[in-house]
Amino acid sequence: MPTLTDKTCLLLAAACYLAGVVLGTIALWRERRHSRAVMYAIVAVGYSFQTFGLYLRGLEVKGCPLGNTFELFQFTAWSAACLYLIIGPAFRLSLLGYFTALLSATLTLSALAVPAWDTTRRIGIFGGNPWIEFHAALALFSYGVFGLLALTSVLYLLRHYSLKNKRLGGVFAFLPTIRDLDQIGCRLLGAGVAILAISLAVGSVHWLRDFSSVASFKLIATVGILLAYTATFSLRIAGRLVGQRFSAVCALLYIAALLSLWPVNSSRPAGSPQPSTSSQAAPR
Amino acid sequence: MTPHGPLFFHLGASHQTTPLAHREKLALPPERAAELHARLASVGVLREVALLNTCNRVEFYAVAADADALVRLENAFCELQSIAPADFAAFRQHTAGPEAIRHLIAVAAGLESQLLGENEIFGQVKVAYEAAQSAGTTGPVLNRVFQKAFQAAKHIRTNTGISGGQVSTANVAVELALTIFGDLTKARVLLLGAGEIGEKTAKAFLSRGAAALTVSSRTAERAMELARVLDATALPFEHFHNHLETFDIVVSATSAPDAIILPAHVSTAMRKRRARPLFFIDLALPRDIHTGVADLENVFLYNLDDLGKIAAQNLATREADVARARVLIAEKADALWQQLLARHS
Repeated sequence: MPTLTDKTCLLLAAACYLAGVVLGTIALWRERRHSRAVMYAIVAVGYSFQTFGLYLRGLEVKGCPLGNTFELFQFTAWSAACLYLIIGPAFRLSLLGYFTALLSATLTLSALAVPAWDTTRRIGIFGGNPWIEFHAALALFSYGVFGLLALTSVLYLLRHYSLKNKRLGGVFAFLPTIRDLDQIGCRLLGAGVAILAISLAVGSVHWLRDFSSVASFKLIATVGILLAYTATFSLRIAGRLVGQRFSAVCALLYIAALLSLWPVNSSRPAGSPQPSTSSQAAPR
Repeated sequence: MTPHGPLFFHLGASHQTTPLAHREKLALPPERAAELHARLASVGVLREVALLNTCNRVEFYAVAADADALVRLENAFCELQSIAPADFAAFRQHTAGPEAIRHLIAVAAGLESQLLGENEIFGQVKVAYEAAQSAGTTGPVLNRVFQKAFQAAKHIRTNTGISGGQVSTANVAVELALTIFGDLTKARVLLLGAGEIGEKTAKAFLSRGAAALTVSSRTAERAMELARVLDATALPFEHFHNHLETFDIVVSATSAPDAIILPAHVSTAMRKRRARPLFFIDLALPRDIHTGVADLENVFLYNLDDLGKIAAQNLATREADVARARVLIAEKADALWQQLLARHS
């Protein structure tokens, strides 16, 4: 009987997310509403595989698997799916499940498609310090929140375009309402800012003890991302940045946040690199 | 009627074949419907019968006891309604066997309704069936036919677009508001002008749960009168600009010769509304709202032409789905008929 490896689980998760994308795309193509329950179930199954895959990877690297680009992408996709599973039923936003599946499929498949992102695995990068691990996991989770925010922002821009240009049929008929998208966008932004701020606050304790422990680019990039999102949130609350400009800024900021992951990741201390083997067996 | 199956048939008249003046004569008040049931029972021509009686159709769905039942039912109905059988014959519709099942499913699904795909008829068919059940005039055939017809109608409504999209200006406006606000329970509506089209649109908003309606008209008396009728508030016309920010939906249908709402007015209001969108519906000709308003952030402006185009698109979409729905109906009706034949043999 073949053993279940972390890569196999993550591949199965990607397949589930991809199945959600295919299902949603076919429904949109046929101008039919896909079943929210089915989409939720598909993402939930994908999420379960991904959780187990990341757990196996965590056992292998002796900590939260955030040591290379592959793991960062996987964890971000996992965070977005986790949030969707929590808020999806409450907000009942049509197409949110489809777009979550699309985001998670894109991130997981990209990670799986580029072997170079997973050639080196860093073991014990957090040096056994659970606070640093908590800081890193929380920061990545906030990226998942911002990912979902970017999705709702894109949905807002599409809905805005359809209403302004009087194009309400076809795919546009399945978009959520402007008010729902605005409200959920505002809440996600608030939640993301809070989570990232807590994460940086936790990390700063470690940094204050040893300024050389964090590369200056990483510091500038992460604080810059937090400040940009905080400024956006403040302007939104003050009513100075609303509507499509708010959504466009949220979508663009996420691209910037994702792009910052590469230099942030490459500026980490090396830990104990070890070549990828991808053979961690499931515990029995 | 098919000689091999149950003698199931439908007989009636509807808006499709009968002008309004004649439909008025055919309409059956409830007490007369009960009388008709009693007469039919006394002559014993029908094993089972259900009567669908709406403003647009009077139809019997029945299982005959013998081959003469159709004529005797027709005569009894004409006698009760005091109309000549020849007059009724000019408008009547009659189908039997699987055709009658197809007709019932199509009626329940809203395919035969005046407003294609409307929902109300489904409930009316249910009421007709329940009334027949209460009267004890249904049996194994009608019970099966109606229950299967309800299932089929639901399936068709869910799986085709025959009931999708509104086709009247007022309802299209409400549907658009719903795509912006989700629900209208917190939406405050301002109606400018006290004419018929504005009133209809305001009523449509109220019927969908709008939180509050305010009426403002250049003729203060008409505004107050309409506000009284619609249980709304009246606002002096010269003051409405100062209160624009308090409304979520503005329906404008005045006969003003020039635009009465300019971008500057809306821009001022939007500064106070922060992130809340504002929806303008311009039903006036010439238009009441300057087109520049549409360029403002978070403001959505639709005029009569826009609403008309959406209504036409919705109707075209519904009609395109009718063919698909007819195929589904035929499949389901034929399958049901085969089941009835098998039980009958």
